[in-house]
Amino acid sequence: MAEPTSTTDIWVSGTEAPEVSEWMVAGTDEGAQEMERHETTERSVEQRGSRVVDDWVVDDTIDDDERMIVNMGPQHPSTHGVLRLNIELEGEIVRRVKPIIGYLHTGMEKTAETLTFLQGGTNVTRMDYLAPLHNELCYSLAVERLLGVEIPPRAQAIRILMTELNRVSSHLVATATNGMDIGALSMMMYGFRERELILEFFEKTTGLRMNHNYIRPGGLAADLPDGWEEDVAEILVRIPRAIQDYEDLLKENPIWMGRTQGIGIITADECLAYGVTGPTLRAAGVPWDLRKAQPYSGIEAYDFEVVTGSRGDVYDRYRVRIGEIHQSLRIVEQVADAMPRGDYKTGDRKVSPPPRQRIDESMEALIHHFKIYTEGFKVPAGETYAAIEAPRGELGCYLVSDGSGAPLRMHTRAPSFSNLQALPIMMADSLVADTVACIASLDPVMGDVDR
Amino acid sequence: MARLTAPPQFLTTTLGKAMRWSQQQSMWPATFGLACCAIEMMATGTAHNDLARFGMEVFRASPRQADLMVVAGRVSQKMAPVLRQVYDQMADPKWVISMGACASTGGMFNNYALVQGVDQIVPVDVYVPGCPPGPQSLMHGILTLQDKVMSGELAR
Amino acid sequence: MSGDGSPGPVDGSDEMLAGLTDAVPSAEADRSVGDDVIRVPAPDLARLAQAARAAGFEMCADITVVDYLRVRRVRFEVVVNLLSLQHNRRLRILVPVTEDDPEVPSLVPVYPGANFLEREAYDMFGIRFTGHPDLTRILMPDDWMGHPLRRDFDVGAVPVQFKASPRVS
Ligand code: SF4
Repeated sequence: MAEPTSTTDIWVSGTEAPEVSEWMVAGTDEGAQEMERHETTERSVEQRGSRVVDDWVVDDTIDDDERMIVNMGPQHPSTHGVLRLNIELEGEIVRRVKPIIGYLHTGMEKTAETLTFLQGGTNVTRMDYLAPLHNELCYSLAVERLLGVEIPPRAQAIRILMTELNRVSSHLVATATNGMDIGALSMMMYGFRERELILEFFEKTTGLRMNHNYIRPGGLAADLPDGWEEDVAEILVRIPRAIQDYEDLLKENPIWMGRTQGIGIITADECLAYGVTGPTLRAAGVPWDLRKAQPYSGIEAYDFEVVTGSRGDVYDRYRVRIGEIHQSLRIVEQVADAMPRGDYKTGDRKVSPPPRQRIDESMEALIHHFKIYTEGFKVPAGETYAAIEAPRGELGCYLVSDGSGAPLRMHTRAPSFSNLQALPIMMADSLVADTVACIASLDPVMGDVDR
Repeated sequence: MARLTAPPQFLTTTLGKAMRWSQQQSMWPATFGLACCAIEMMATGTAHNDLARFGMEVFRASPRQADLMVVAGRVSQKMAPVLRQVYDQMADPKWVISMGACASTGGMFNNYALVQGVDQIVPVDVYVPGCPPGPQSLMHGILTLQDKVMSGELAR
Repeated sequence: MSGDGSPGPVDGSDEMLAGLTDAVPSAEADRSVGDDVIRVPAPDLARLAQAARAAGFEMCADITVVDYLRVRRVRFEVVVNLLSLQHNRRLRILVPVTEDDPEVPSLVPVYPGANFLEREAYDMFGIRFTGHPDLTRILMPDDWMGHPLRRDFDVGAVPVQFKASPRVS
């Protein structure tokens, strides 16, 4: 083991190293906290992980004047939240990148242990806030696998309808911010304009624009509202028209192509080694989509294609997302055409409360209803893993129950978390101006990364 | 001989009022998007809801050029020093809006990781409730702040 | 089979699992709610992962830890989730780890993508992955004390404070 390295103090370059006095540390002026000298006591060495040899060894081959380490974030407009990157530059060229995360760590996995299985949905939906319904679906599937309950066909169809619409809205934001970061500001306006259309439908159905807690273990919170057919039909007409706008704007736009083609390349093998999934993997040419490979909620009944790219660059990822919007709308259309009748939640009385009329008639039903919503239902002991294809890749939920009403452990396999490991590979030896293009094309959601 | 016929073109006001009016009308927010609320903040700024109607569409990336910090989302223990530093970097006069349940009180995440209310680290002028607050709520919060600045309650 | 997100067709019977348990004799194949799991003692984890990688599990999808405090005698269990794209199947490796010696060989040499996942497991549970290139905290601040997802770490909930609002007449 190497000697414990102490944290470096930060001061403005070119000045003398400051003598840190008490008042400087106490008053939170700019950077004063950073100047605080961290003691490396025996106990904290391991906690801080500072026993590890620093990765940032000085590379002698680089000319000293040219080398510079730039800190980007955590408060930066194009890091999509609170991502922080340490970038080692050699002139204009990025040599090494180190993502630093955790600025949005919310302790959701801890909170999940204090909530019952039914309440858990409110927690997970706030993880990946651009795809809340996917989080809920994944969590619900894991709970249902432990419970072993059957979900009625209508509930499954609505789940697919809602999650595919959610995929569209998520990809719209991804393309919008991708455009904005590279300078196509109109994309931002366009993307959010169409997203609003889907969000209105979500608000009508679930009561909220985001963070719905609509898909729950055992089914759904409510049926689709009256007149949903017209809303979906309008979405199906207006979004493809809007996508045409984007295509006119970007598809053959020389500036856009110049800024994205051949930028941020990652190969299929690298993707697999680093656990990268979703559009990034498909843009590298691997037709891997959990909707096809390991279908869930009856999605295998619908006809759609897996969109792939070939070069694995920023442009391909953008093309894959646009293609996936079209495919998702295709699924939505099929679901809407063949929406089964029936119940929107399971009839299993262990999991779902008795219907409204029964509560008026019978005392037992009232008690049952009360117990389900206060104590929650018990889930048989066991451990399981359910995975679905979220807009950013494989979203998994690892759930352990000890037979009580709350999980012993709930862990989310967050696609953005693993995808972020691809950033140093994509950005190595590229120009510094392409940094934002790479980040945007990866589309990390920090809520998903840090949880 | 031509005579000056136009009516006299001047206004009278007090210096304080003029100052408050100008502060109110060009309040530039700093982007401080943290979590889900940030997406709604972005939605507020874009076409459908159009914050430009209130002279606030210029989201500044640099805190030096901003007057208003919209803390949109949950503030973790790791982020708190950064947030305070950004606040300190903003030039006076400056205001803070705490957007969403998480920024105001920690929201549903009452645990080790979150600062339970951003008012523990920066002074907050307006709290916007909701999880997430819709664009209309945020606009209402911003208009409330503008009213308060104009009335002198929060003028700096 | 479908409808609950469980892996689809499983190719061959369990030749693949048998091959893995042959390569690492201390490993035991098992089923858990319809999934394949393999239990293996900590020292053999890296060897099993190598064998799995050779058998076609290209991706390490997830690494996490479960704290069975007061539930089991061996307190921790490291859970490694492998995915094979070519065979379209999943494999979960469960590794019991004691509290006194929370040490597991790192999988970074086999699966580079295990890097962040192991750092998270270290940060949240204090499991040390020997041979990891940069085992530092990833989510919590560097000077944080303790490992928050351990079950004996307090949730840290702050009770609601009601401030007095006196009447003004
Ligand atoms: S208040 Fe709600 S929407 Fe806003 S950051 Fe917190 S959880 Fe997300």
